[in-house]
Amino acid sequence: MDGKRETIEKKAHGMTSTAMTAEAPLLEFQNVSKIYDKTTKALSDISFKVSEGEFVSIIGPSGSGKSTILRCINRLVAATQGTIHFDGHDIGLADKREIHQVRKKTGMIFQHYNLVNRMSVVENVLHGRLGHKSTISGVVGFYTEKEKEKAFEILEKLGLSDQAYKRCDELSGGQKQRVGIARSIMQQPRLILCDEPIASLDPSSSKVIMDHLSDINKTMNITCLINLHQVHVALKYSQRIIGITSGNIVYDGPPESLTKDLIYEIYQSNEGELITDVE
Amino acid sequence: MRFINQTKASSSPMSNNERKRFPRPKRDWTPVWERRFLVGPKMTPDAEKAKRPEDQMSIFAKRKKTFTLVILAVAGLYLISALVTSFSFFEGIESFPKAFIWITTYLVPNADSLTKLPKILDKLIETAFVAVAVTVCAAICSFFFSLLGTNTTKAHPAIARAVRVIAAFFRNVPDVVWAMLLLFSFGQNVLTGFFALFFATFGLLTRTFIETIDEVSSECVEALRATGASTLQVVFQGIIPSVMSVIISWILYMIETNIRASTLIGILTATGIGYQFDMYYKQMNYASASLVVITIVVLVIAIEITSTRIRKVIM
Repeated sequence: MDGKRETIEKKAHGMTSTAMTAEAPLLEFQNVSKIYDKTTKALSDISFKVSEGEFVSIIGPSGSGKSTILRCINRLVAATQGTIHFDGHDIGLADKREIHQVRKKTGMIFQHYNLVNRMSVVENVLHGRLGHKSTISGVVGFYTEKEKEKAFEILEKLGLSDQAYKRCDELSGGQKQRVGIARSIMQQPRLILCDEPIASLDPSSSKVIMDHLSDINKTMNITCLINLHQVHVALKYSQRIIGITSGNIVYDGPPESLTKDLIYEIYQSNEGELITDVE
Repeated sequence: MRFINQTKASSSPMSNNERKRFPRPKRDWTPVWERRFLVGPKMTPDAEKAKRPEDQMSIFAKRKKTFTLVILAVAGLYLISALVTSFSFFEGIESFPKAFIWITTYLVPNADSLTKLPKILDKLIETAFVAVAVTVCAAICSFFFSLLGTNTTKAHPAIARAVRVIAAFFRNVPDVVWAMLLLFSFGQNVLTGFFALFFATFGLLTRTFIETIDEVSSECVEALRATGASTLQVVFQGIIPSVMSVIISWILYMIETNIRASTLIGILTATGIGYQFDMYYKQMNYASASLVVITIVVLVIAIEITSTRIRKVIM
C-alpha cells in the first residue's frame, strides 16, 4: 500500500514539475529589440519561448540578427528594448553578479572555436570551470582532481583523449570544435548556445559535431539553441526551427511544416538561387 | 549537397531586385603596379567611360610626370639644405680616406688601455643591466596599463582613449629629450637615465601591447567571458598565454634597443659606459676609447644572437 502511494506521489510530483516547466519556459524573449550605434536595427520586437530540453535551430541570412539573439542571452550584447527571461533571471535587469550566474549556466560554441590556441586541449576544457571557481584559483589555473577527471571523461566521450596534452593550434578544425563543445559541457550548463558551429567545417566533421550536439541534448537534457546556415542540417537535427529575416521572426515551428516557399521567404530570395537539400 | 532549380548559375544570396540596386562593382583591370601611382579622387563609372581613350594614353605620361616631380623635389630639398648648412657632398667624400687613416692610427687599443679593461667591463655591465632592468619594469607596467586601452578588455571607452593618448605622448618624446628634461629634476645620475629610458620604452610597449592583445586574443576573450570568467581570470588564462610569445619577442627587441640607447644617454647623465667613452675621448686617450667601442659592439652582437635564439625557441 505504502509503496503504491509513494509511486503515485512521485508521478504526481513529476506531473507538477513538467507542468511547471511548461508554465515557465527556460528561456523567454518578450518584444526584444536591439539597435546598434543608434541606427542599425539588428532585432525588432522578437518574442519566442524555449522550453527545457528543446533542440532549436535559428536560420536566416547573414546579418539578420541570429548572432545577436544568442549574445543577448548571455549579455555579451545588451538588448535595447524588451525583456529576456532565462531560468528565473531577468537578463535586462541583471547586475554583474547575476550575469555571472547566467553565464555559468550557459555554454557557448563559436564558429571560429575561440580557444586559447597556445594552451593544451585539457586546459582549454578546464576553462569551462572558471565561472565556478574563486578568482584566485582561476587566475593561477588551480583545478581540483575531480574537475580534471571530469575533463578527461568528457574528452574521452568526444573522442579526443589522444589529443588531451596537445596544443590547440595543432588540431584540425573539427577537433577544435569538439574541444569547444567539451569546454561548454564542462560548465554543466542548462543551455548551450551555438553560433554557426559548423560554418567553417567540412561535411564529415560537421556531421560529427552535429551528432555530438544532438547526443548532448538527448542524454544530458541540455537545451540547445543553434544558429545555422545549412537549412538541410537544421531540418535533419532540430525539433523546432526559428526563421528570421532582417530582425523579424518569420517562421517558428517544427521542421516538418517548413515548406520551400517559407525557406525562400526567410532568405528573401527567388526560387532557384538557393542551394539546399530541400525537396 | 545537391543543387536544385538552378535556373541561373549564380549562388548569390542577393535577390534580383537587390542585385539591380547594388550592382557588382566593375572590375578594375589596371595592373596593381600602375594603380599605386594613380591615387586620386574616385571617378564615377560614367566619368571613367568618357575619359577612357585619353586616360589609357595618359597613364604613362602621368607616371613620367610624377617621377620627374619627385626627383626634382628631392634634388631641390638637398640643394636648399646643403646651402643652409654649407655642406658639400664631395668634401665629405674626400675626407673619408683621411678619417679612415686617423681611425687606424689612433683608435687602436694598446697595452696601456688593456689595463683599463676591468673598469670598462664593469661600466659596460652596469649599462647593460640598467637597460635590462628598465625594459623589464616598463614591460610589466605597460602590460597592465595596456589592458585598460584595448578594445577587448577596456573598462570604459574614455579611459581607453586616455591610455592611447598617454602612450602616444610617451612614445613620441625621444629618450634623449626625456633625459635632458629629467636632468633638471634628478641631476646627473643613474636614475635620470633609468627614467628617460623607462618613459620611452613604456610608451612604445603600451602601444604595441594594445595592438597585440586586440589582434591575438579577442576571440578567446569572448569565449572565456561567456563561461562566466572574471576579468582577472580572462587576463591570466586567456590573454597572457595567447600573447606571451609576442610580448617576449618585443621585450627582447627593446632590450637590444635600450642597450644601444643607454650608452648614448650615459653621456648626458654622466653614468655608465657612455660617460666612460666621453671621458677617455676628452682626455685624448683614444686607445682606451676604442676599447670601449669594441666592447660595446661585441656586447650588442652577443645580445642580438641570444635574442634570435630565444625567439626561435618560443615561437
